[in-house]
Amino acid sequence: MDIFEKLEILTDAAKYDVACTSSGVDRPGVKGKLGSAAKAGICHSFAADGRCISLLKVLMSNDCAFDCTYCVNRRSNECSRASFTPQELCELTMEFYRRNYIEGLFLSSAVVRNPDYTCELMLRALKMLREDRGFWGYVHVKAIPGANPRLTEQLGMYADRMSVNIELPSQQSLKLLAPQKSKEKILAPMTQIRDGIRQNSKEIVKYKAAPRFVPAGQSTQMIIGATPESDRQILALTEGLYKIYSLKRVFFSAYMPVVEDRALPALTTPPPLLREHRLYQADWLLRFYGFTAGEILDEKNPDFNPFLDPKCNWAVNHLEQFPVEVNTAPYEMLLRVPGIGVKSAKRIRSARRQCRLDFDGLKKLGVVLKRARFFILCGGKSISPLPMDNPAVIAGAISERSPAQRDLDTPEQLSLFGPQKEASVKSLTKGEVPGIEGDGFLSP
Amino acid sequence: MPDGTDIVYRYDGSYQGFLCCVAESCNEKKMPQAIQLLDEPQGSLFPLRAIETRPGLATQVERSITERVSPEVKDMVRRGFLTCMEEKELNLLRFILLGYRYGAQVIGLSTNDVVHRLDKALLYLKNEAHYSLEFLRFAECGGFLAAMLTPNNWVLPLIVGHFCERLNTENFLIYDKNHGMGFVHRTGARERGEFFYAEALELPEPTEEEERYQELWRRFYDTIAVEGRINPKLRRGNMPMRYWENMTEFQR
Repeated sequence: MDIFEKLEILTDAAKYDVACTSSGVDRPGVKGKLGSAAKAGICHSFAADGRCISLLKVLMSNDCAFDCTYCVNRRSNECSRASFTPQELCELTMEFYRRNYIEGLFLSSAVVRNPDYTCELMLRALKMLREDRGFWGYVHVKAIPGANPRLTEQLGMYADRMSVNIELPSQQSLKLLAPQKSKEKILAPMTQIRDGIRQNSKEIVKYKAAPRFVPAGQSTQMIIGATPESDRQILALTEGLYKIYSLKRVFFSAYMPVVEDRALPALTTPPPLLREHRLYQADWLLRFYGFTAGEILDEKNPDFNPFLDPKCNWAVNHLEQFPVEVNTAPYEMLLRVPGIGVKSAKRIRSARRQCRLDFDGLKKLGVVLKRARFFILCGGKSISPLPMDNPAVIAGAISERSPAQRDLDTPEQLSLFGPQKEASVKSLTKGEVPGIEGDGFLSP
Repeated sequence: MPDGTDIVYRYDGSYQGFLCCVAESCNEKKMPQAIQLLDEPQGSLFPLRAIETRPGLATQVERSITERVSPEVKDMVRRGFLTCMEEKELNLLRFILLGYRYGAQVIGLSTNDVVHRLDKALLYLKNEAHYSLEFLRFAECGGFLAAMLTPNNWVLPLIVGHFCERLNTENFLIYDKNHGMGFVHRTGARERGEFFYAEALELPEPTEEEERYQELWRRFYDTIAVEGRINPKLRRGNMPMRYWENMTEFQR
């Protein structure tokens, strides 16, 4: 099998892992070594699906011993199997890197024979890359659930970022679809990585040249739409993961039906892209806008509004907090105004120290007045064209999509479990969602 | 603020030349109608004055900006000169005069028309430099790596530092086709590298090995997209099409 074929097979097998960034660590170049790392990350290209390409994302091997139902590489699935040699991997990484195609390597793997053996294969390749070839660029490596902690630790010494995939948003779902990857086997390496990073920070304070362990932090990923958890449960889990494991990012991957199985949604189910988009919007609110998961979704509203992004949705349902005066409101409240993002809020904060802001000035600063005008005052004046007493009216005015517009878009089912009635659309999964106390799935 | 006059400055297009125009305007206490290049073909109804470029004077002006206004403002002016803003010299002159009047605070006056225009141009410059850094593609040309750029702003000075650091083990060359400007770096040399000017540049044909890596990259690029999520609009939004002509993945 030549390297072209191997590259195609092992890229194809790795593409459902959506972790895409090369961010988290500033590492200036070193004379004599090829490479450097930039904290904000650099996106070298964008694929036909619109997603960023910043790393050479491949599997070491797709010859898996496990049989996770949703995965295209599962043991019982008929497909071509391939593995890279360490030399091939190094060659690809170095040659792509020097041509400025990539920021570095993203190395994952199917479980070859057993988790420990897989780690050793990966270690051999990374050691060659870092030590023999002197590669100083970015490396993101996946920890293998179930591997010996000493091997996980060694992997961490060669990597910038390390991640373990949570895979599914609840223990029951995990048991059902990926029984060989138990909750404990996944959380153990996450805990180990977290503790390793903390310990490493202390060591670096004492000894500046201490070897770095996973300096760009940890991330994880879960699949959305393969199992019946509500958006609220997923968001609460996300918030918990950030708090407990100090993760840098949580990624959401819309379930793409590639495998047929009784426990999974049908092969014809369209991927829940809008839901994934809403989750990323909510994730941003958690990390940059000071929201808590409970503010975004609660028991009465367990799923996202398809017509309004979560921030607008919150604003429309809390009209008593508005309007805010942009010249005096605290920064935290500015962030809550639809149409004012982090950059605009910072610009407002610094500009208003020098002069009094008016609507013309706000426009110059990049505020989206089309939305913000309903929620702000400028020197006591408002330019809201509508009365502010009816949330539904405001929601209609700032919504990015109307029911009529929805039909013109590419077909996108809002519910996994049955066709929606036009007039009663309110949430993305309606009514027939079974409880997660494991009675399997409703086939659509 | 100097009065407007019916005079047009002409200078040699260099940054030092521009600073001398600033000195002229301040000394005469007059605001020119326009600041143009010496070889500007279009005639003008207004009287012309050719401004001589004197490096000593330029340094003086720069120092006065740093001291009377602030180092940040001097930086902004320097970068502003690299932008493709309309009437950039005149706008920069107005900005500098505003700086002399208000001092270091001028940076914060983001709602002032002059400052706002400069801020926008600098943002465009910064974004284009970042895109250029991301989408630049080197090709092995037998002993050195070469890359082409076609930016609207003069981004080359802003990106070479990054590559000198990252590719310190390589010989490389970057050429800006739109501005006829290039940069060469030799590994192990004492100097970081040097800029050069050239009307055009021809590179040797790619070797077989280079073709092989380009093919591998194209194979990777095509495979990594998830078929069920093809979204050309999103891709174009993140990666403007005008960069595609110099990118390996789109050269078929």
